[in-house]
Amino acid sequence: MSLSAQLPALQVVLPLLSAPLAVLLRRGWLAFAVVTAAAWAAFAIAIGLWLQVDALPSNGVISYHIGSWAPPWGIEYRIDRLTSFVLVLVSGMAALVLPYSRASIAREIPQESHYLFYAMLGLCLAGLLGITITGDAFNVFVFLEISSLSAYVLIALGRDRRALAASYRYLIMGSIGATFIVIGIGFLYLMTGTLNLADMAARIGAIESSRPVLAALAFLTVGISLKLALFPLHQWLPNAYTYAPSAVTAFLAATATKVSVYVLIRFYFSVFGDSLVFHKLPLPQLMLWLSLLALFAASFIAIFQDNLKRLFAYSSVGQIGYITLGLSFDSVNGLTASIVHLFNHGIAKAAIFLLIGALVVGIARPGAAPPAPTFDRLAGLARRMPLTSFGIVIAGLSLIGVPGTAGFISKWYLVLAALEKGQLWLVGAILLSSLLAVAYVWRFVEAAYFQAPPPGRELKREAPLSLLIPAWVLVLASVWFGLDTSLTLGSAVEVAEGLVRHRP
Amino acid sequence: MSAETLILTALLLPLAGALGIALAGRAPTLREGITLTTAVALFACVLQLLDPVLAGERPGLTLIEPLPGLPIAFRVEPLGMLFALVASGLWIVNSIYSIGYLRGNRERHQTRFYVCFALSLAATLAIAFAANLLTLFLFYEALTLVTYPLVTHSGTDKARRAGRTYLAILMGTSVLFLLPAIIYVWHIAGTTDFRAGGILPAEMDQGDLGVLLALFLFGTAKAALMPFHRWLPAAMVAPTPVSALLHAVAVVKAGVFTVVKVMVYVFGPERLAGATDWLIALAGFTILAASLVALSADNLKRRLAYSTVSQLSYVILAAALLAPLSLVAAALHIATHALGKITLFFAAGSIYTATHKTEVSQLDGIGRRMPWTMAAFGIGALSMIGLPPAAGFVSKWFLISGVMDQGHWLALGVILASTLISAAYLLPVLYRAFFRPLSAEALAHPHGEAPLPIVLALTLTAAGTLALFLFPGVPLELAQQMLVTQ
Repeated sequence: MSLSAQLPALQVVLPLLSAPLAVLLRRGWLAFAVVTAAAWAAFAIAIGLWLQVDALPSNGVISYHIGSWAPPWGIEYRIDRLTSFVLVLVSGMAALVLPYSRASIAREIPQESHYLFYAMLGLCLAGLLGITITGDAFNVFVFLEISSLSAYVLIALGRDRRALAASYRYLIMGSIGATFIVIGIGFLYLMTGTLNLADMAARIGAIESSRPVLAALAFLTVGISLKLALFPLHQWLPNAYTYAPSAVTAFLAATATKVSVYVLIRFYFSVFGDSLVFHKLPLPQLMLWLSLLALFAASFIAIFQDNLKRLFAYSSVGQIGYITLGLSFDSVNGLTASIVHLFNHGIAKAAIFLLIGALVVGIARPGAAPPAPTFDRLAGLARRMPLTSFGIVIAGLSLIGVPGTAGFISKWYLVLAALEKGQLWLVGAILLSSLLAVAYVWRFVEAAYFQAPPPGRELKREAPLSLLIPAWVLVLASVWFGLDTSLTLGSAVEVAEGLVRHRP
Repeated sequence: MSAETLILTALLLPLAGALGIALAGRAPTLREGITLTTAVALFACVLQLLDPVLAGERPGLTLIEPLPGLPIAFRVEPLGMLFALVASGLWIVNSIYSIGYLRGNRERHQTRFYVCFALSLAATLAIAFAANLLTLFLFYEALTLVTYPLVTHSGTDKARRAGRTYLAILMGTSVLFLLPAIIYVWHIAGTTDFRAGGILPAEMDQGDLGVLLALFLFGTAKAALMPFHRWLPAAMVAPTPVSALLHAVAVVKAGVFTVVKVMVYVFGPERLAGATDWLIALAGFTILAASLVALSADNLKRRLAYSTVSQLSYVILAAALLAPLSLVAAALHIATHALGKITLFFAAGSIYTATHKTEVSQLDGIGRRMPWTMAAFGIGALSMIGLPPAAGFVSKWFLISGVMDQGHWLALGVILASTLISAAYLLPVLYRAFFRPLSAEALAHPHGEAPLPIVLALTLTAAGTLALFLFPGVPLELAQQMLVTQ
């Protein structure tokens, strides 16, 4: 078999192998080299798979049988357009964050733990890619645990002692979520006798009214919602994002919650999609109201945060509300909005967290550890770090959804989906909530551009280029994908039409 | 150059200028040279488009397509041509003025000022040439964002607060009302292109039409229709060249331009018949209420700002009347008010530069020391009131003809009353300047005219105001072509 046929397996195996290798090598820079190479290889493979999916007829699927065991008995890796889209996002983000992390963790993590950081990042990447690529329900759970456990460690590596508490809290809530997911999968296995997702989808129609199937749907919904931080199951997120090392926050914000959304879409639309199960529970309504709560409550809380990282963490909870809101519409345009926003928010938020990482380097006293980015330390930042500040503003505009940025595209489709439903009040709610984003982004603008810098800190002291370049790549990407959307919107529309079309 | 290249050049020139200015930041003379050169080149470029447009061509250009079926595209039609000519032409004069003003007042951050100014012009031209609502919205928002640093230029607490009001009202209304209106149009019409005669489907009911019109009107807060007008007086905290070109010409005209364009090319005047009564009433109210506030304002720039609020509603009123003559008046007034009001602001800034006086009550006898400035102020005032030989007379003539055509006597009453009030808040300034003796305090602080670039600029616009009265040919021709349905 040629190499190109083995890409699905390599996609997961390469990062997975890089992790123990990093531990064995032990030396910081060697571990860095190995994991970075694996991440870039994963990115290249994801692009390769993208091209393979492209070459297939519309809605085509690449099916890879692990160990050549045919599904539904063996484990199947299944790559369609949506899978490929998320693979590119996750691996691309890792490929950008890793080069950034070297300079960033040098200041934030003790030297002796560096190899651990790289190993865990490689493992987390492998887990996230695995969740995405696999077509097997139990495999989803296994990779979910791999990515979660490594994420707990990554968060605990933060210098602030509160990182430990945050990590512990995430561990507890994450484990509850994982348990719910495995119970849901168990019920489905019990009723359908299969773990293969495609097979499950075919069999579920016959037993759609049975109580265990409904229970499975409920367990899966709650479990995954915990993982994706749907309001009010988001409590783990703000502290975890605030106290984790900057590179970790950026990586997790752009990928972990997004992959959970992907799992939710998979179960809702691929597994339960053909059946009527969905309409036997008031799930869309529930999702709608929780999303609206997220939009307003989380964004509102964000406005009053004193720590910039925490502010944008709450903003993430709010932005996830847009993604789940799109899902709750259960329509082509709604799902398009969700998928596009998953990508657009991912890049904008990663850009912001990377820039905050650069920012704490800039506001640190020479030789000292980076302090928390509280607003009193940001006064007059624009004069000291013009590129960093301006980057945060541009990415912030994308969060607001200003036309010309990627966020606008998501908002357009979300409003269009609400209009289709005839829900005019919802249009108002979506747009009103986006104004809350103006409020929190402008808090940063006023602090950075209008307040006088504290005495002795007027000098220009920009962060090193190794921090700025990856961040600015993402900043420019969030403008680029607001203007040329053939990649993002093109695939989102294709996916949404494929998933919603064969709805009864 | 082909028309497409010209459009692209017109859009890129200010951007290139902004880049050049940023690079030349350390060398003030070079920086100002680049600003002036860009402004002149831009005007020349826009001017080249005039002949094809007058000849009936509608050159267009499509850049990219961010949403399927919704490209970022440009198409030059008569109304946009008129707006582009006014904005780019006045940018030249305003640049001359800025040089004198910024140097005279030793303003800080001059590079940022010129860069943002050039970017504002790029956004303004893109609005003028926009071929569909999406493109217009994109640059409408961009214009808000690039003018924000100009409004908050001084960086004081007052400026920051004004900036908040500016952003909150302009962005809040455009996101809450304008954006859903645009998406709704796309939803029901399947296009957002501007087409003569409108694009809305025939079966749309009158109630929805009214709601949509209201969304557009309130969403375009740059047109300063009450109750969303407060950003305009707040923006007066900016340096005077900003108030003059942006908050008397580019930004506010982008607002009323959007209103007229939407009414003519999205709704179509025929479709709107009977749906604009509330708008006439609201515009009339805004005209009178803003005039009354102007009457009581002692701060000169504040008085002029409220005068702008009231004059902008003239355009809205004229458009809402829907008569062909009044639509011509709406388009003409965009040009005539621009020239008159920029002259008035130039004069206000000239006084500030020479004397640091900002209140009307401090201006006793100033006409004797600053004859050029106050003479120009007089011409601008005549134009505002609508008296010959100033340009304002021309648009008011068409407006009143339109009103009489429709037999809308209430509107006529509003126009006459506001004419009297505007005379009452502008003429006393002249009276003070020329007929009152200098105060003791002023006698203790001798001063002359403002720096030469300032005097030159305001003389040019005052002369323009007179010229437009004598030769209204080109704007009139463009305004009339706007109504031709192909």
